[in-house]
Amino acid sequence: MEKVLTRYIQPDGVPLDARAYEQAGGYQSVPKALKMAPKEVTEIVKQSNLRGRGGAGFPTGMKWTFVPTGPNAPHPKYLCANADEMEPGTFKDRLLLESAPHQLIEGMIVAAYAIEADVAYIFVRGEYVLAIERLQKAVAEAYNAGYLGQNILGSGFSLQMYVHASGGRYMCGEETGLLNALEGKRANPRTKPPFPQVSGLFGKPTIVQNVETLSNLPHILNHGPEWFKGLSKSEDAGTKLYGVSGKVKRPGLWELPMGTTIRELLEEHAGGMQEGLAFRGVLPGGASTDFLTAQHLDVKMDFGGVQKAGSRLGTGTMIVLDDRTCPVGMVRNLEHFFAQESCGWCTPCWSGLSWAEQILTSIEEGRGRPEDLEELEFICKFCAPGNTFCALAPGAVEPLQSALKYFREDFERHILAQHCPWRTH
Amino acid sequence: MTKIFVDGKAYEVKADQSLLQACLSLGLNLPYFCWHPALGSVGACRQCAVKQFRDEKDTRGRLVMSCMTPAADGTRISIEDAEAAAFRKGIIEGLMLNHPHDCPVCDEGGECHLQDMTVMTGHDYRRTRFPKRTFHNQYLGPLINHEMNRCIQCYRCVRYYREYAGGHDFDAFSSRSQVYFGRYQDGVLENEFAGNLVEICPTGVFTDKTLKRHYTRKWDLQFGPSVCVHCGLGCNISAGERYGTLRRIVNRYNGEVNGYFLCDRGRFGYEFVNSAERLKQPLQRQDGKLQPISKARALEALAGLLADPKKVIGIGSPRASLEANYALRALVGADRFYTGLSASAARLTAVALEMLRRGPARTPSLGEIERADAVLILGEDVTNVAPRMALALRQSVRQQPMRKADQLKIPRWLDHPVRELAQDQKGPLYIATPAATRLDDVATETYRAAPDKIARLGYAVAHALDAGAPDVAGLSEAERSLAARIAEALKSAERPLVVSGPSLNSEAILQAAANVARALSAAGRAPSLSLTAPECNTLGVTMIGGGSLADAFQAVKSGSADTVIILENDLYRRASARAVDEFFSSARHIVLLDSVTTPTVQKAELVLPAATFAESDGTLVSSEGRAQRFFEVYPPVGEIQSSWRWLRDIMMAAGRREAAAWQDLDAVVASVSDGIPALAAVAQAAPSASFRLAGAKIPREPHRYSGRTAMLANINVSEPKPPEDSDSSLAFSMEGVFAQPPASLIPFFWSPGWNSIQSVNKFQEEIAGPLRGGDPGVRLLEPSAAEPRAYFTPASEPTSGSAGEWLLVPLYHIFGSEELSRLAPGIAELSPQPYVALNPEDANALGVQEETSVTLSLESVSRTLPVKLMPGLARGLAGLPAGILPIEGSGLPAWSRISRA
Repeated sequence: MEKVLTRYIQPDGVPLDARAYEQAGGYQSVPKALKMAPKEVTEIVKQSNLRGRGGAGFPTGMKWTFVPTGPNAPHPKYLCANADEMEPGTFKDRLLLESAPHQLIEGMIVAAYAIEADVAYIFVRGEYVLAIERLQKAVAEAYNAGYLGQNILGSGFSLQMYVHASGGRYMCGEETGLLNALEGKRANPRTKPPFPQVSGLFGKPTIVQNVETLSNLPHILNHGPEWFKGLSKSEDAGTKLYGVSGKVKRPGLWELPMGTTIRELLEEHAGGMQEGLAFRGVLPGGASTDFLTAQHLDVKMDFGGVQKAGSRLGTGTMIVLDDRTCPVGMVRNLEHFFAQESCGWCTPCWSGLSWAEQILTSIEEGRGRPEDLEELEFICKFCAPGNTFCALAPGAVEPLQSALKYFREDFERHILAQHCPWRTH
Repeated sequence: MTKIFVDGKAYEVKADQSLLQACLSLGLNLPYFCWHPALGSVGACRQCAVKQFRDEKDTRGRLVMSCMTPAADGTRISIEDAEAAAFRKGIIEGLMLNHPHDCPVCDEGGECHLQDMTVMTGHDYRRTRFPKRTFHNQYLGPLINHEMNRCIQCYRCVRYYREYAGGHDFDAFSSRSQVYFGRYQDGVLENEFAGNLVEICPTGVFTDKTLKRHYTRKWDLQFGPSVCVHCGLGCNISAGERYGTLRRIVNRYNGEVNGYFLCDRGRFGYEFVNSAERLKQPLQRQDGKLQPISKARALEALAGLLADPKKVIGIGSPRASLEANYALRALVGADRFYTGLSASAARLTAVALEMLRRGPARTPSLGEIERADAVLILGEDVTNVAPRMALALRQSVRQQPMRKADQLKIPRWLDHPVRELAQDQKGPLYIATPAATRLDDVATETYRAAPDKIARLGYAVAHALDAGAPDVAGLSEAERSLAARIAEALKSAERPLVVSGPSLNSEAILQAAANVARALSAAGRAPSLSLTAPECNTLGVTMIGGGSLADAFQAVKSGSADTVIILENDLYRRASARAVDEFFSSARHIVLLDSVTTPTVQKAELVLPAATFAESDGTLVSSEGRAQRFFEVYPPVGEIQSSWRWLRDIMMAAGRREAAAWQDLDAVVASVSDGIPALAAVAQAAPSASFRLAGAKIPREPHRYSGRTAMLANINVSEPKPPEDSDSSLAFSMEGVFAQPPASLIPFFWSPGWNSIQSVNKFQEEIAGPLRGGDPGVRLLEPSAAEPRAYFTPASEPTSGSAGEWLLVPLYHIFGSEELSRLAPGIAELSPQPYVALNPEDANALGVQEETSVTLSLESVSRTLPVKLMPGLARGLAGLPAGILPIEGSGLPAWSRISRA
């Protein structure tokens, strides 16, 4: 398979510097894009059928068309790379940030040009210390090489780029929570509409885009939309960074054609389950997606395929549940995380998730009651999409609602035995 | 208007509002927490969920938050939908997971929005069995109590405090189910409008600490619709009493005046009514000491004093009602009635009144001030002089930025998107004062200078607006360009406003403000001119007319009078101690009617205990020129009675039979209205006492008022007959009809299922609109259609002292500068100690530091005061706290040398 996103990644993971990156074919899309009209760049991205890799899968080119352009558009306009990768089980952007920072910068220049942005921020998870270091170095190199700053490559287009290390909350990865955090405010989500494309960072038109999405752009510009679509095994274009974690033989991260099946990922790339362990289920797209089980192993990991199976592609990085791990304990850990990361803005989220965590802890510790399951189901409905202010709580209850569906007897055993069956004492 | 369908019924509603607001305006019951009519929608609590249907055929629908959804034409929703109702019930259950359920010991109980909404949704059983989170409660000062465990995280407090009121020392901390609302550490809340947290909070996190000291449930309070007496703005208040003590003040909504909010002086200053300084019985000086006497003996003594009426003069008061002042005027005769204002205050108020009558500028209501889109403040420290106006001005700076939201079709009620779009942009607000003010943080530019220079800046602005307005010489380049920027901002506004007033005792400032307004009018704008008034009836007593205090002093000095009747006035606050002492020693008889002990009491021969606002009825004229009636909250105890009743009794005792007609308030109001043409409309300020609501009087007590038969049983087991109220259509009773009284007669807001103050929703024509039947009060001042008067001409040069002299200017304090509220313990605790303020650089030049004692001289009296460094104070000025030192009336500004003591 043709390497795309990982093309510039060296075996030792040390990123190429600007010059080496150029020599390897990097930054070619910048002069190419700058010779086009911004609208033409957007059109190419639209045709490529690139969909956001942050989890929601919104068509990238279409998102850009909502940004006001032309002489009367408000300025400065902003582009933000969402590098606040905090989804449990997800570590795909980390690879791109640490090992191919120039590819991201190149993609951001292309995106910024298309939406006529003046300022770009890379909003990085604060714990990604190595990534921050390498990004800062790469940004400095890009300035030196003339890819950033005033009048880039004599085109008249200017772009300032800053690396911003997050103070550290899961909420900062939510598009509008990120904007509030960048403005120095509480990372609460914002009311939509208006969407950030119209009124975003500092009240100005803004595009927030995932790292992996942006990293695809240079290649789309270089090889064209048809090539990009051809990379995929499904209707969703391009390649995807897929990750597998859990008790498999070879947990890891691979760039594969979009639409690779769960089975191929698990069995061929991750090497199957560790000796003596059996597969029970998988969160296909990070912690905030519904469980899939053995019956779904042939589901294609693309946006439509996973959705049809009752879950979401999310970030495309799956967490595998084996038969020696307590599903209640696993879900409890996840809900602990989500309850803790709730910003505290809307009632279903801050009250529902902490209640869910309390119930799950009590079940796991042998203090469950039969009516607990009813209450957990109530919380799942309570936090359904539309009932909450943002997508955190609906995502947070996805593993819970699906665990209640697929592993219900395990919950019941806990309650009946007043003990976690996976615990030895 | 648009048409919406709620549960299958079609309604015509106003466009451009949320579904929640539309439903509440229709009188439908829909629960909410995070939404507040003054704060807009943010979608946090999710309590107001309804089911929305795409069209007639859609039967499934989806849940939407009614506060976040526009009432667009054709919208179909269901409130009663089972799923929506279950979700709303679930929200309460979520909120209740951590709520302590301590209603029986919570001060909010019985008027708690959370209780009301809980009942409304039908939530009655909490399934959780887990421990609740607990918090540390903070000390927030003497006025507000903090009990964080009750918090339901609706964010109203922090949005109100920071975004609406501009406070900085309060925030939301932490996250998830543990969000903490408070200060970063214990301490007095700094914002002057913090008291509104008591009403903003839907439950008992923030409660009235002054009420706590003499706690009574809302349902056990007897209320009177009243008007605040602690500044000239005339905010409407609802005052509650039990067992003869005033227990608390809450906001009484008036769409055009105070809206939903009060200042802390207005909310917490009421305790002067319960003060140990209250005068409770007639006193007569015997052997040099004031001794209690009976009412009959007092009146007898007065009849004797009034034997020769030609020798009697009356001194009125800007803090007494129109009726009391008028009655005094009737007693002594119009030509022997003096307003009680100092010479300078009388002159300035007369000038202000003339400006507002002549126009062209119109005096705006507070509601209109809030909607102004460019403001120039000349000389007034608004937060400390007319506090509620500062809160209105803080909203006015949002007017221009909100137009951007209009362009992007972001509804103005969608609070956060509007603020996110505007960011730190503020509309024009220019402030010219001697010292920094609490509005500077939202000001476009500030100008710090002596009063004369402030006036000159104003003249220059007028000249920049209209070349026909006289110019001033000697302005610096910077001042001239500032004047040009101000002129440009005012000119390009749709609703420009000039705020000024008499606080700096400068006629030049008032004239400059009038010139700016006149020039704006010449430039084709319709300007507003708001002039502050220092006291609750300054404008009213001036409209009655009469000489100043100086004239009264002259009358006694010249021998044309020897007997003085003083009405609710401490003369030591209005003239120098020397002048007042001289006046008192030259007058033969001093009679005083007042409610509290003041230095003037010590000079009186006869003292009559007057009722405070809480125990009397009357009319006050606010700085807007709005006449508003206040009503008794409870009958005065013992010998205390309304001043106008005392004055009537005195007239009767003196054989003045015409006073016999004054049997009730309406008769006095009619006399005022007939006797003073300018006040002819005051009778319309409220319905007369003959008004009946469905044939009955309006009860002052909630229908759940408890203990009616028992509360006086320790005195007499027979239940006494409730006191009659001949002065109004309100009754000292819990009996009456549940129906909405006319706006000026609403003692308290309550509606079935709505026990909290949020029940005001049910009394408005539309949410945040006027009360049904029109907001209380009648405007007395409208600019005449006649040709506006000519421009005022500035003095050729600003005044200056001789070398080495400092210009002493008054600095006002919301807590401390006002006479009556100082007697409230909470307010007293927050009042500053006497000081002299200096700019740090000036202090440096003088070789003094913070707390260094310095000596200055004022009207030949030398005073030693500690220095307070004040970085915002203009150079060359020294600030003295107004109303705190006994030098109020001595006529600041004045020049003085300052030296190290």
